[in-house]
Amino acid sequence: MKNTFKIKGLDCANCATQLENAIQKIEGIKNTSISFMTERLVFECNEEKNEKIINQVKKVIKREEPYVKIEKI
Amino acid sequence: MKKRVIQILIALLLFMISLLIPFEKVWINNILYILSYMIVGLKIVWKALRNISRGKVFDENFLMTIATIGAFAIGEFPEAVAVMLFYQVGELFQDYAVDKSRKSIVSLMDIRPDFANVKRENEILKVSPDEVKIGETILVKPGEKIPLDGKIIEGNSMLDMSSLTGESLPKEVNPGDEVLSGCMNQNGLLTIKVAKEFGESTISKILDLVENASSKKSKSENFISKFAKFYTPIVVLIAVLLAIVPPFFLGWATFITWLYRALTFLVVSCPCALVISIPLGFFGGIGGASKIGILVKGSNYLEALANTEIVVFDKTGTLTEGTFEVQTIKAVGISKNELLKLVAHAESYSNHPISLSLRKAYNQEINPNFISKTEELSGLGILAKVEGKDILIGNEKLMEKKQISYTRSNEIGTILYVAIEGKYAGYIVIADKIKPDAKQTIQNLKINDIKQTIMLTGDRKIIGESVAKELGIDKVYTELLPSGKAEKLEEIKKKKSEKGKIAFVGDGINDAPVLALSDIGIAMGGLGSDSAIEAADIVIMTDEPSKIVNSIKIAKKTIRIVKQNIFFAIFIKIAVLCLSAFGLSTMWEAVFADVGVSVIAILNSLRALNVENKKSI
Repeated sequence: MKNTFKIKGLDCANCATQLENAIQKIEGIKNTSISFMTERLVFECNEEKNEKIINQVKKVIKREEPYVKIEKI
Repeated sequence: MKKRVIQILIALLLFMISLLIPFEKVWINNILYILSYMIVGLKIVWKALRNISRGKVFDENFLMTIATIGAFAIGEFPEAVAVMLFYQVGELFQDYAVDKSRKSIVSLMDIRPDFANVKRENEILKVSPDEVKIGETILVKPGEKIPLDGKIIEGNSMLDMSSLTGESLPKEVNPGDEVLSGCMNQNGLLTIKVAKEFGESTISKILDLVENASSKKSKSENFISKFAKFYTPIVVLIAVLLAIVPPFFLGWATFITWLYRALTFLVVSCPCALVISIPLGFFGGIGGASKIGILVKGSNYLEALANTEIVVFDKTGTLTEGTFEVQTIKAVGISKNELLKLVAHAESYSNHPISLSLRKAYNQEINPNFISKTEELSGLGILAKVEGKDILIGNEKLMEKKQISYTRSNEIGTILYVAIEGKYAGYIVIADKIKPDAKQTIQNLKINDIKQTIMLTGDRKIIGESVAKELGIDKVYTELLPSGKAEKLEEIKKKKSEKGKIAFVGDGINDAPVLALSDIGIAMGGLGSDSAIEAADIVIMTDEPSKIVNSIKIAKKTIRIVKQNIFFAIFIKIAVLCLSAFGLSTMWEAVFADVGVSVIAILNSLRALNVENKKSI
């Protein structure tokens, strides 16, 4: 299942790449991509675990970049 | 953003007061400086500390924090505040530029229809496009965007497709025509039967593609991430050496002097200009391309396209129209019009592309009363009676079998020999038409440093070779099955140079394996074709091969801008770094250099968004 979020508050493209790598490390997540320019976070995961994984993603973001907010679209 | 501007203004006010009014008690000045610093800099310091606690030591925040705190430590209060203040002004400007380019790109893509007027139980409701189901009827008024793909039931109008194809000439549509979402309805009221749900409609696919385009990163972008990883630690190390070695080991000047130089060095070294301007440049290139109907799926493809060495084309549907047309009519002992009339009538029973092209060339009503008999002669042609005359139409074998003396033609294409009442009456040549801009495209590719152009086709040798010759294509491989095309591409791949890339251009219908094999798969005429959009790396929405030249030009321009930024930023940085290391530049100048380089690099990146859209480039 593909999830798309609007991601706001990133400082630079480099931070986006680092955050992307951190999120990609979550177990069960696939094809993570953060576009700094379009402010978009996209990742795929198993439908059953979706809820759990989204929460984990939020946790990782809070740890890595506390100023960054995401919003489902 | 507003909050930050106010913060900066207050801090600037305090800073100016302290700078211009020398209070009797110096501590008042110092307190004003510290207050000013805290207003603009506290967040940076906090971010730096937080990152250090998580093991992420070297970043911009860290550089700024040690430079300014160091300046405070050696008593350079105004410098410390100024550096932080201008750094923040620079950041603000940077965010503004990024925000602006985001907006200008988003407005380019502002083709998402907001609503649909759906007809339900004799009522017209304004709903969100994704609530409309297949088979429902929608109304599109003049000036509105078509929200979903469908078929016109009622109404005639002109459609502006420029947001999809970049084509400015409006297209006329009538009942029965299929229309695509995202087009602007110009003048008539259209009633449309919905054929696809919103999520599956053309506009959603295009938006999805463009919005996720920058997710595939180019080498230059990855280079910057790697660069930043090594750069900051090295710079910090040099700064430490600069502060310690000359005063303590070489005995040059005082520690304070060298510490000041080391801190200046840190201010200059901030890599923001590079880090921001490169993705911005690529994004501008992708956005600019989409403005003229070229969709690029990632900045890595733009980079590859700039290094293209060989362009391989599919023939039918890519360089040629893929439709048959009457090319020559040679009449013997009869007028051309009369010959065409008889042949068109004789062939009128069939829906074969050849018959259709004859009817199209004739361009008049077919009168069924003229035809009294038609008989198909398998593998040879047909025998028909039109206006009471026996007419034979077919290939050479037919002429020979019926013992009709004819003149053999060497023209390229399908040749129909005609005999009337047993007597040779001439021939008609039907062939696929070459697209009007195809020849110019091949020439322009050469001008734009493409070393070789190759054509692959399943068509007969004689046809393939003549098309290649007419267009000026270097090499042609004919009579290939789809699997053969993939094999040939592998073969071509082996011959190219290591850095050069191969682009394959096809219509995306049955060449998906070849599209996938090549470095860059380009699908043409992508409008309305899902398979093309999915299989290719670059989708050209219109049927024009000339857009390939546009794409390559855009790619080259983008790469040029990115390279300019990399070299410019690194050059200025190194120059100022050297100056500061030898004490020739103050911290004030260093911060201006840093912000200035960022601003110039950003402005340069925004140029990538401007794309020329000329038909015959």
